[in-house]
Amino acid sequence: MSLQFVVDGLLTGSMIGLGAIGVTLTYSILRFSNFAHGDFMAWGTYATLAVVGAIAAMFGKVAPIAPLSFGWPLIVALVVGAAFTALLALLLDKVLFSRLRKQEQAIIAVMGSFGASMALRSLLEFIFTSRPTYFSRAIQIAMPVGFGIRITPDQIALLLLTAALVLGVHLLATRTQTGRSMQAMSQNPALARIAGIDVASVVRVTWVIGAALACVAGVMIGVLVQIRPLMGFDMLLPMFAAAILGGIGSIPGAVLGGLIIGLAEAGAVQLIGAEWRAAVSFVILMAVLIVRPIGLFGVRER
Amino acid sequence: MIDLVGYGAFFLTTALIFSLVTLGLNLQWGLTGLFNVGLAGFVAIGAYTSALLTTPDDPTRLGGLGLPILVGWLGAMFVGGVAAALTGIATLRLRSDYLAITTFGVAVVVQLVALNAQKLTGGPFGIGFIPRPFGGLAETPLLFNLSNLAIVSAVTLAAYMALEHLTRSPWGRVLKALREDERAAISLGKSARFYRVQAFAVGGAIMALAGALQAHFIGFIAPDNYLSILTFQVWVMLIVGGSGSNAGAIAGSVLVWAIWAGSGALTSVLFAPEQQARAASLQIVAIGVMLCVILLVRPNGIFGERPRRARFGKRTKATASESGS
Repeated sequence: MSLQFVVDGLLTGSMIGLGAIGVTLTYSILRFSNFAHGDFMAWGTYATLAVVGAIAAMFGKVAPIAPLSFGWPLIVALVVGAAFTALLALLLDKVLFSRLRKQEQAIIAVMGSFGASMALRSLLEFIFTSRPTYFSRAIQIAMPVGFGIRITPDQIALLLLTAALVLGVHLLATRTQTGRSMQAMSQNPALARIAGIDVASVVRVTWVIGAALACVAGVMIGVLVQIRPLMGFDMLLPMFAAAILGGIGSIPGAVLGGLIIGLAEAGAVQLIGAEWRAAVSFVILMAVLIVRPIGLFGVRER
Repeated sequence: MIDLVGYGAFFLTTALIFSLVTLGLNLQWGLTGLFNVGLAGFVAIGAYTSALLTTPDDPTRLGGLGLPILVGWLGAMFVGGVAAALTGIATLRLRSDYLAITTFGVAVVVQLVALNAQKLTGGPFGIGFIPRPFGGLAETPLLFNLSNLAIVSAVTLAAYMALEHLTRSPWGRVLKALREDERAAISLGKSARFYRVQAFAVGGAIMALAGALQAHFIGFIAPDNYLSILTFQVWVMLIVGGSGSNAGAIAGSVLVWAIWAGSGALTSVLFAPEQQARAASLQIVAIGVMLCVILLVRPNGIFGERPRRARFGKRTKATASESGS
C-alpha cells in the first residue's frame, strides 16, 4: 500500500474539517443540524467561480503565480465568495432559521434546513446546469517528496491555508471576547443571556465563520477536484460524521474528525475501491454513536 | 376518454403508493416525533428485497428466487422493519438530530449499495422483469391500470385502518404521551426507547412495503428512483397534509403529487426539450420554498387540525425550549 493515501487523506480531511467547523458551531450554538451547510459550500464555490470569470473579463488573462495553477484573481475571488456565502447564510437565517428556531421543537429547524438545502441546490442546477466545471484545466506535475508520496504545489498551498484558517478560528474562539461569548452561548444560553451577552451578534458571528469556511472548503474541492451543484450535498455526511466524531462544539475536534475521516476514506479507496468511499463516513458515524456518542472532545449534554 | 381514465388510474396508483410512504412517515414523525431524512433508503430496501425475492433466476446476479409476489411484499416489510429497528436502536437514546443524521447516512449507503453491489442489485442498470400482479392484462392497459389501482388502494386502505387502530390503541397512546411529555410518560414506567424503536421499525416496514408495491407496479427499479428528492417529496406531502393525521397524510400525498405531476407536465409543454432538465430543477426549488413557507406559517400543515401541545403552560414551555435546554 503506497503512502500516497496520506496526502490524499489530509487534503480530503481538510475540506471535510473546514466544513465540519461550521456544522459543529451551528449545532452547538444555534442548536440544530444544518442540512443546508453543504449547499453553502457549493454556493460559495460558484460565487467564487463567477467572480473569477468577472475578473478575467475585466483584466484579461492573468498569469498564475509561479508554481500554482491559479493567480491573484482566485485569491480575490475567494475573499469575495466567502463574504457572499456569509451574507447568504445571514439572509437565510433572517428569513428562515431564526424564525424556525423560535418554535417549540428544535427539529423543525432541521426540517427547514432540509427544504432550504433542496431549493438551494436545485437553484444552482438551474443557473449553472449540473455539468461539472473547473477553475483551471491546467494539469499540475506532482513533485515526489520521498516515501513514494507525490504532491502538487496547489495541494501544499491549500494544506497551508487550511492550517492557517484552523489556527485563526481556534484563536478567535479561545482568545477573544467574541469566542468566549460563543462558548458561553453553547454551554448555557439562558445564563449567557443573563450575563449580558449579545445573542444576536454571537449568532451572526457563528453564521459568518461557518459559511466563510464552507466557501473555502468548496473552493478547495473546486481547485483539486471539480465544481458541481451536488458537491456540497455529497460532503454533508462526512461533515456531520466529522463534527460528531470530534465532539459537538469542539473546533479542534471537528478538524481532527475531518482529518480522520479523510484519511480513512483515502485508505478505503486504496484497499476496497473508490466506489465505496462514501460508506466510510457512515461506518465511522455509527461506530461513534454506539461507542462514544459525545465524540472525542465532546462534553456531555446538560 | 378511455385514455383519461387510464391515466387517472395510473396517477392515483402512484399517488397512493406515495400515500403509503407518507403513512409510514406519519407514524414515525407525526405520531412519535422521530425525524427520518433517509426514508428513500427504506423505500429502496423494500423495492430491492421484493425484487430479489420474486424475479426469475438471473445468472448475472445473486438471487432471483422466483417466489410469489406476496412473499416479496412480506419480505420487504421484514427487511425494511429490521433495518429501521437497527437504525433506531443505535441512535434513539441520543438527541433527535443524531437520528436525522443517521437516517441520512442510511439513505446514502443504500444508494451506494444499489449502485455498486452489481452482483446483488444490478448496479446502475437496476433490476428488470419484476413480476407484476395481473401482468397477463398488460395488453389492455386500461384494465391493467385499474386492477393495479384496486390492489394498491386495498393495501393503502388496510395500512390506513391498521394505523388508525394502532393510533387509538394503548400502544399509540404511549407514543403520543412520549411525544407530548417524555418525562411524564417515563415516570409512568414506559420505556421511551423501546416504544420509539417499535414505531420506527413499523414505519420503516410500511415504507419498504410501498417500495415493493411500486417496484411490482412499474416492473423495473434502478438506484435513481431512490434519491434524496424522494425523501423530500414525501416530507412535503406529510407537512402539507398535516403531520399527525393519517387521513391528512393520504390527502397531502395526492394533492402534492397532483401539483408535482401537473407542474411537470406544464414545464414539458412550456420549455424546449434541451431546457427541460433546468426547468425540472426549478420545480424542485418551488417545492422547497413551499415546504419552508408552510413550516413558517403553519407548522402543523395545511390540514393539520390541532396544534401540538394545546394545553395550558404552553407559553412557559415555549420560552424554555427557545432558550435551549
